[in-house]
Amino acid sequence: MADVHLPGTLTPLFAGLPRRLEIEAATVGGVIEELEGRWPGMRDRLCEPGPHLRTHIHVYVDRERARLDTPLDPRSRVDVIAAISGG
Amino acid sequence: MPKTLLLVGTRKGAFLLESDADRRDWTVRGPFCEGWPVYHAVHDAGTGDIYAAAASEWHGSAVWRSKDLGATWTLSSEGIAYDESSGRKVSKVSTLAAKNGRVLVGVEAPGIFESRDGGETFSLLTTLTGQPGSEAWDDPGNQPPGHLGISAIMLDRDDDARFWAIVQGVGVFETPDGGQSWTPRNRGLRSDWPRPHEEVGFCVHKLVRADDSRMYQQNHVGMHRSDDLGQTWTEITEGLPTEFGFAAAAHPHDRETFYVVPLDPGHGRTMPEGRATVWQTQDGGSSWRALRNGLPQEDAWLGVLREAMAIDTYDVPGLYFGTSTGQVFASNDEGESWSEIASYLPAISSVEVAIVD
Repeated sequence: MADVHLPGTLTPLFAGLPRRLEIEAATVGGVIEELEGRWPGMRDRLCEPGPHLRTHIHVYVDRERARLDTPLDPRSRVDVIAAISGG
Repeated sequence: MPKTLLLVGTRKGAFLLESDADRRDWTVRGPFCEGWPVYHAVHDAGTGDIYAAAASEWHGSAVWRSKDLGATWTLSSEGIAYDESSGRKVSKVSTLAAKNGRVLVGVEAPGIFESRDGGETFSLLTTLTGQPGSEAWDDPGNQPPGHLGISAIMLDRDDDARFWAIVQGVGVFETPDGGQSWTPRNRGLRSDWPRPHEEVGFCVHKLVRADDSRMYQQNHVGMHRSDDLGQTWTEITEGLPTEFGFAAAAHPHDRETFYVVPLDPGHGRTMPEGRATVWQTQDGGSSWRALRNGLPQEDAWLGVLREAMAIDTYDVPGLYFGTSTGQVFASNDEGESWSEIASYLPAISSVEVAIVD
């Protein structure tokens, strides 16, 4: 189970969404699909059509910058970051 | 007693300002929409719902909606996306029009999405394909600053299939059939630059309707009047301090009365001489008078954007404008006197007014 950490900008948008949760998935994209299943609309907040990660959504797997197809280990830590943007 | 509701879109969320029919004392609620930049917030008089077009740099574009006058909000962007194979991308939801649960959303790259279920789901209605100018407007490099794409949508009062859309930097287009076909409506407008097409290439900032036949517009170069619902335009700039501005409002009961906020056309885009002034014509643009009573007249370098002025429909209409530095000014007597009803909001993109029971 990946240890998934989400940005605080997401929690007001989805009822019951925690900042941290465990998700069974093989890739970063799999994590987002699982989140979309539990909280419909989540994919649009993190991805553009393609899908691709949105420009200012950065994902790190075990502290390394990741993409949607980045594989996960069973004990991976996944950080989803709303990267610095605007003033 | 009816309630007067101002819907204010800002760079840091939406705000609601409330008063009674006297429109003297106001309360401020907000920020709503989690502080997302809100480009336009509107009220659907048929359903009572509020919609806000917002675009987060982190989480993309969405339409927020409130069914209880701002007490609770939800958002949706379901269907507001171009097919990836089109090469087009929704960078922003810029403008809204709502009537009886139907919501039209103007976006950049230029296109209009439609919801028929009160803003829960959307589908692409039109990209105005084939219209003159459309061959170039998908390229973000050709978009004017602001990147609004479709910068305004104006519904017809009676015919749900008919509406007008402004493509930023290109001009006005009219559809008689729900977006299936379009006609440019820019004849008589002025441009001070070369245009590759006869019918388009005009920088229309704001389009307003006065009655069954009359429209006005604030253009990048001049104010204009139409007496045939936009088929032809006549310039009415003479008598104003500048030809440039963004915001405009038409009196709801007097077709001859129209309001604009002229701005410095250079980089400043603020009110000339640092004097806050709304200009009014009461004769269809033949002459203009300055309305300044109650507005700051020294060091008031205020800007007002294209959707940031509104007029209500009371017998004696109230006029409102919001500034790019966060003030809201209101008049409850058709612009004759003004008061500052909010002073420290974020930069204001839009002001709309509704009368609710």
